[in-house]
Amino acid sequence: MSKGVWIVAEQRDGALRKVSFEIAGAARKLADELGDEVCAVLLGSGVEGIAPELGKYGVDKVYVADDPVFEPYTTDAYAAAVAKVVKENDPAILLLAASVQGRDLSTRLVGKLATGMATDSVEVRIVDGRLIAKRPMYAGKCFGEISVSGSPQMASLRPNVFPAEENAKAGEVVKFDPALSADELKTKVVDIQKDTSGKVDLTEAEAIVSGGRGMKGPENYKIIEELADVLGATVGASRAAVDAGWRPQSDQVGQTGKIVSPNLYIACGISGAIQHLAGMSSSKYIVAVNKDPDAPIFSKADYGIVDDLFKVVPEITKAAKQLLG
Amino acid sequence: MNIVACVKQVPDTEALIKVKPDGSGIEEGGIKWVMNPYDEYGVEEALKLKEKLGGEVTVVCAGPARAMETIRTALAMGAEKGIHISDPALDDADAYTTASALAAAIKEIPYDIIFCGQRAVDDDSGQVGSILAELLDIPQMTIITKLDVEDGKARAVKPIEGAQLVIESPLPCVVTAQKGLNEPRYASLPGIMKAKKKPVDVKDAAALGLSVDVKAKVDKWMPPPERAPGKIIEGDDASVTAAELVRLLREEAKVI
Ligand SMILES: Cc1cc2nc3c(=O)[nH]c(=O)nc-3n(C[C@H](O)[C@H](O)[C@H](O)COP(=O)(O)OP(=O)(O)OC[C@H]3O[C@@H](n4cnc5c(N)ncnc54)[C@H](O)[C@@H]3O)c2cc1C
Ligand SMILES: Nc1ncnc2c1ncn2[C@@H]1O[C@H](COP(=O)(O)O)[C@@H](O)[C@H]1O
Repeated sequence: MSKGVWIVAEQRDGALRKVSFEIAGAARKLADELGDEVCAVLLGSGVEGIAPELGKYGVDKVYVADDPVFEPYTTDAYAAAVAKVVKENDPAILLLAASVQGRDLSTRLVGKLATGMATDSVEVRIVDGRLIAKRPMYAGKCFGEISVSGSPQMASLRPNVFPAEENAKAGEVVKFDPALSADELKTKVVDIQKDTSGKVDLTEAEAIVSGGRGMKGPENYKIIEELADVLGATVGASRAAVDAGWRPQSDQVGQTGKIVSPNLYIACGISGAIQHLAGMSSSKYIVAVNKDPDAPIFSKADYGIVDDLFKVVPEITKAAKQLLG
Repeated sequence: MNIVACVKQVPDTEALIKVKPDGSGIEEGGIKWVMNPYDEYGVEEALKLKEKLGGEVTVVCAGPARAMETIRTALAMGAEKGIHISDPALDDADAYTTASALAAAIKEIPYDIIFCGQRAVDDDSGQVGSILAELLDIPQMTIITKLDVEDGKARAVKPIEGAQLVIESPLPCVVTAQKGLNEPRYASLPGIMKAKKKPVDVKDAAALGLSVDVKAKVDKWMPPPERAPGKIIEGDDASVTAAELVRLLREEAKVI
C-alpha cells in the first residue's frame, strides 16, 4: 500500500529555497491528517549539511543523494534519481514546487511514474484519504478541483501561497545512491548567466510594482524602481511595455508572462487587459494607479487612485519612505 | 530535418470563461477557438529550422473535429502535413493520456526534433511536452527562449529565477516554447490556399493502439473567488491620496 507524503526539496547554490519550506509545511498538514510521515528528497552537491534544516519545517526523514552529478540541475539526473527513490518507497502523495525547476522535474516524473498531477495548485487537502488539489485554469478565469487516480498522487504547488511554518522535527537524514548510468545523462548545462539585480524573481516576490504603457518610455521606470526599492519589491511590466522594448521579457506579468501571487501588487499605467489580470489577480492586495476611472484594472483593485501616475507614484515613494525609513 | 510541432486548439485568450451551473465543465458556446499562443512560437521555430536546414514540418494535434482548423492554420503558416488525432474517448484526456496519444502518432514517423508549447492556456498544465519526451525516451528542454541547432545538437537558453541557463541536448529532443523565442508569422493568403490541399492524416485511438486511462480528473469546476469591492481614494492632491494609500497598506492591509 502506498504510504507517506513526499516532497522534492529544492536548493540553489547549496541553500534550501524558501519554496521548499512552503511545500514541507503543506505536506506536514496532509500527513497529519493521514497519520503519516513526511519524507523529502534532497539532491545536490555538498548538500548533506543542509538536510536537517527541513526537519524544522515538519519533515520526518530526508533522503539525500549528495553527488557532483546533481550540480547544476539537469532534468535527466534529477528525474532519474527521484523516480528511483520514489519507486522504491511507494509514497501515496508526491509534492513539488511549481518553480521553474519544479515544473521541469515534476512533469518528467509524471511520465516516469505514469501517473497524474495537478500543476500549480493553490490549495491541497485530504478527502476520504485521497488528495484533492485546487488549481487555477484558463489563467485564473476559473478553478478546478483535481483528484489523481494514479500513484503517487502528484501536485505541484504555486510558490508564495502556502505558509512555511516552523514545526520542529528531528529530520532524520538517510543517504541514498541513485546509481545513475552515464547513458541516462544526455543534456547538460553549458553556461549560467546570473542576473545581477539581486532582486527576488517576480514569481517569488512578496511585493511587485508594475508599469505599463502609461509609463510612456523606458526612462520613466526610474520612478517605479524607486518605489520598488523603498518597498523591497520587484519590478514588473505589462506586455505592452515589454513588446515596446522598454522592459525585458522576464519582467512580463500575465497569461504569456509570469503568473505572480505577491502580498502586494501595484499596477501603474496598466489598463488591466484580461491577459494581464490573469497573471496577477491572485495577489493578496492590488493597488491601481491610472488616470482613466473606467480602466478594468480598478475592478480587481483593493485600493485605487485615479490620477496621473507621474504625480502619484513619487508621492507614494515619499510617503512610504517616511513610514519605513 | 524531420521536425514535429504539437499544436492544441484553445479558447482565445480574450474569451470570458463561464463555469456550467453544475460545475461539470465550462460553457463552450460563443468561444472563439485559436491555436494555443505558445504553440505559435513552436510552429514558427519549426518553420525557421526547416528554412535553415531543410526538411519537413509535421503538425500533430489531438482534439475534436473543430481542431482541424488549427492544423490548417499551421499548414497555412508553412508546415507540410498534419496528423489529427480525433476520438471522443480523448475528450477528458489528462496530460498523460494526451502525451500517450501524441507519442503513439509520432512514433510512426521519423523525427529529429519536436516542438510543444510550454503550456496550453486552457488547462494551464504545462505537462505534455515533458511526458511526451519521457514516453519517447528522449531528452527535453523546457520553457525555452532561444534555440540553435547544429551538428546533431540543440543548444537553448532557458530563463530561471534570477538567471539564464544555456543548456545543450543531443537530437532528437523535445523543446517547449516560451514567449521571446521568436515572432510567429501570419498565414499569407497563398499559404491559406495551399494549406487546403496539404495532407492531414486523421486517426482514432484504436488506430494508434491506445487504451485511454485518465489519471488526473477535474472533479469540479468553479468560478474564481470573488474579490471584495475595492476602495477608490478620492482627492486631487497627489500627496494626500498617496499618503492615505500608504496608511491603508500599513494599517488595513498590513502588507508594508
Ligand atoms: C495572446 C495574448 C497574450 C497576451 N498576454 C499578455 C500578458 O501576459 N501580459 C500582459 O500584460 N498583456 C498581455 N497581452 C496584451 C493585453 O491584451 C494588453 O494589450 C496589454 O496588457 C496592455 O498593456 P497596458 O495595460 O500596459 O497598456 P494599455 O492597455 O494601453 O493601458 C495603458 C493604461 O495606462 C493609463 N495611463 C496612460 N497614461 C497615464 C498616466 N500618465 N497616468 C496614469 N495612467 C496612465 C491609461 O489610462 C491606460 O489604462 C496579451 C495579448 C494577447 C492577444
Ligand atoms: N491535445 C493536444 N494536441 C496536440 N498538442 C498538445 C495537446 N495538448 C497539449 N499539447 C502540446 O503540449 C503543450 C503543453 O500543453 P499542456 O501540458 O496541456 O499545458 C501544448 O502547448 C501543445 O504543444
